[in-house]
Amino acid sequence: MNQEQDTTLDTFPKLLASHVKLRPTRDAIREKDLGIWQSWTWAETAAEIRALACGLATLGLKRGDKLAIVGDNRPRLYWGMTAAQALGAIPVPLYQDAVADEMAYVLDNADVKIALVEDQEQIDKILEIRDRCPQLEHLIFDDTRGLRHYQEDFLHDYEKVQQVGVEHDHDHPEFYEQEVAAGSGAEISIMLYTSGTTGNPKGVVLSNDNVIITARNGIVREGLTADEEVLAYLPMAWVGDNLFSYAQSYVAGFCVSCPEDASTVAHDLREIGPTYYFAPPRVYENMLTQVMIRMEDAAEIKRKLFHYFMEHARKVGVRILNRESVSLKDSLLYKLGNMLVYGPLKDVLGLRRTRLAYTAGEAIGPEIFDFYRSLGINIKQLYGQTECMVFICVQPDGEVFADTVGTPAIDVEIKIDDNGEIMYRSPGVFLSYYKNPESTASTKTEDGWVHTGDAGFFDEHNGHLKIIDRAKDVGKLTDGTLFAPKYIENKLKFFSFVKEAVLFGDGRDHSTAFINIDLDAVGNWAERRGLAYSGYIDLANLDEVYQLIKECVDKVNQDLSQDSRLANSQIHRFLILHKELDADDGELTRTRKVRRNFVGERYDTLVDALYSDKTACHIETEVVFEDGRSGSLSADVRICDAQVFADSSADQEAAA
Amino acid sequence: MNQQSATETILAVENISLSFGVMKVLDSISFDIKRGEIRSIIGPNGAGKSSMLNVINGFYHPQEGSITYKGETRKQMAPHVAASHGIARTFQNIALFKGMSTLDNIMTGRNLKMKTNLFWQALHIGPARLEELENREAAEKIIDFLDIQAIRKKPVGKLPYGLQKRVELGRALAAEPDLLLLDEPMAGMNSEEKEDMSRFIIDVNTEFGTTIALIEHDMGVVMDLSDRVLVLDYGKQLADGLPDEVRSNQDVIDAYLGVPHEH
Repeated sequence: MNQEQDTTLDTFPKLLASHVKLRPTRDAIREKDLGIWQSWTWAETAAEIRALACGLATLGLKRGDKLAIVGDNRPRLYWGMTAAQALGAIPVPLYQDAVADEMAYVLDNADVKIALVEDQEQIDKILEIRDRCPQLEHLIFDDTRGLRHYQEDFLHDYEKVQQVGVEHDHDHPEFYEQEVAAGSGAEISIMLYTSGTTGNPKGVVLSNDNVIITARNGIVREGLTADEEVLAYLPMAWVGDNLFSYAQSYVAGFCVSCPEDASTVAHDLREIGPTYYFAPPRVYENMLTQVMIRMEDAAEIKRKLFHYFMEHARKVGVRILNRESVSLKDSLLYKLGNMLVYGPLKDVLGLRRTRLAYTAGEAIGPEIFDFYRSLGINIKQLYGQTECMVFICVQPDGEVFADTVGTPAIDVEIKIDDNGEIMYRSPGVFLSYYKNPESTASTKTEDGWVHTGDAGFFDEHNGHLKIIDRAKDVGKLTDGTLFAPKYIENKLKFFSFVKEAVLFGDGRDHSTAFINIDLDAVGNWAERRGLAYSGYIDLANLDEVYQLIKECVDKVNQDLSQDSRLANSQIHRFLILHKELDADDGELTRTRKVRRNFVGERYDTLVDALYSDKTACHIETEVVFEDGRSGSLSADVRICDAQVFADSSADQEAAA
Repeated sequence: MNQQSATETILAVENISLSFGVMKVLDSISFDIKRGEIRSIIGPNGAGKSSMLNVINGFYHPQEGSITYKGETRKQMAPHVAASHGIARTFQNIALFKGMSTLDNIMTGRNLKMKTNLFWQALHIGPARLEELENREAAEKIIDFLDIQAIRKKPVGKLPYGLQKRVELGRALAAEPDLLLLDEPMAGMNSEEKEDMSRFIIDVNTEFGTTIALIEHDMGVVMDLSDRVLVLDYGKQLADGLPDEVRSNQDVIDAYLGVPHEH
């Protein structure tokens, strides 16, 4: 039977059992450990999960209970998800770099009964906040290191839990199958907490049907098979990882590889050579920045070769990828370039075998996007949300544009409401926010339409959806013209020197900006010019760096002046922030999106200075270090005026 | 810190005196190290701390006194005896093979564990191959333990200082020592690196049960890590005891605050 259509496989443990029958000896999951890729076949994976599920049952995990999962991408943690689902319990993955306070909120809010965590670091965090999570009964750890002398009897070694599970399974051989058979598609599959740009995170409750049907639709649309290779390196708590590295692997039957360590991802990527890859725009950006920096330091002949062929790729690469016809000479030259430059470059990036690469979450710079596509990597944008298990829109093959997010995914309906907000309805639409009926009601209408909170429109020419900004962030300047901060921030961030930008202007006469420079790119730029600096603060304050950033801002302004709707939003003044925005200080979300209002309040003296005549402003800032201690940082931040251009679109209209 | 019964003495030195010409570097020093403890030696610059370590692993030969290691009493140690009997050390100034990779540097620490001869090793067959695999696994476990997977194949000379220190600890650990001598493992590190290194020292002690003799300048680190502390000043033994006792000892406070010496 064709598994992709088999609707009796409506839970993950049932899908697992079917793979054991269909492809027992094929690899299901891999992990690099002690320098070697270790793999587990579907049959071995099923045995591991069965033992763990039975062990969890003896610890008291029952249908409807919650199992928190905290750690880097590890096979054992993924098995924890399936084991919980086998018992009808609900896995709740948490962000592993969350500080203890954030973790306490989720553990308590989700009524977590047992937590399966990676190592001592996570155990220590949870022990610190355990008195705030009264429902939390047991903690299970994967890595025993450093935990030998922990005496608490609610702490359990993962392997011991499995051993007890094996005994339980031996005594009650029918138990596991009965539990799995009792599961259904309508049951809750998983709870994923959204990072939330405002307020506390909300637990998005998704059913098995939500997850499995959406995963299957994605597979059908892109023609994915059991032969894909995927690297699981994004946080397990994020919906994308759950879809790409877990749900789709179980539905299609492909193997997922877990990197050795967060620091070795680039290397592991190269060894695995994924055919199906997801990365947020910043990862692609970093890769490109690294390539450019290294090419600057390369020998002259290599550099010239690189630039010559990249120029050619820019000219014809995208058209070749889109299967458009090009001249024979161009085609042959591209083939030569592929042998000399594109192929080796893709190999170094680990993308040589990549058939399909997605990006989402933020806008991606057109030149970054085109760089990868011109190399022959089929990178596409998608638009998604946790509330519908990712897929809302995907770019179809051959119709890929840097400024759209594509056409609706399979079974997804989209409409734009009167305020310009995008709404959708799909089989993936979540059941509710956990214990939060008000938010559920304000997000999801009774007939199943979901407010995305994003403002956008369908492009008249190609029918693709275009996103402008968060609907609530689209504001107005005092003269009544549109102020879309994210749109302009993204334009700034497309410069490799600008890491983050925060725009202000809603309810003001004109807009101003905070800039975070990219330490790598600007640092390298400064070194090549022989400019000395001691660190981020020092570098950010250099005259030359201000001049460099001013040029970027001026270009954005010039760009904005072309568009009559946005010409008034040109940036009049800007400053380079004295510290990098950091999730630990609450300035970014855990998925590294800027929390604009929070930043505006935290640095209100700087914002005031931007709207005064001052050319510098003294600021003192509390910062939290990675180990949880705090300190303070003080600096004199300079403010720079940018060049503002006349509204050229109006001129043209006038001239016409 | 290790709570295992720290009763058995692994090393005892008695009345050790060491001079270079007229310069008396160590003056009748006696102390012991119990199995499983973290034993620190502190003191101002030139107090004789590194000299003491050099006496223990046989680099320096003291004129007087005796060393009892694992029940055997000697006038002095020889470096190869120390190494083959389970004493490993790191150095104040990093002493790694700069052109070799992290992995290879750690593998050199396994040297004494290799039993097959050059002939078999060159052919890479039979027992030599098996041995190589075992040693590689041991080295990989250390790489995992010290969280340095990302620099496994990088030449050590190109690594930042803090990481080099970590690799050096890795090489010492590769010998699976009973007694590990660490000579200022945190010198020149920032506070985050110091915290990491402290964590590794505690983990080595608890996970492998390795006895550790530690020389360190940072008083905070010493007081947090150590089971017992020996204080030297100008080659003389100033104090010896639990961290709290040492901390409140008036002689120690004077030495660290720089009260002028009478002699």
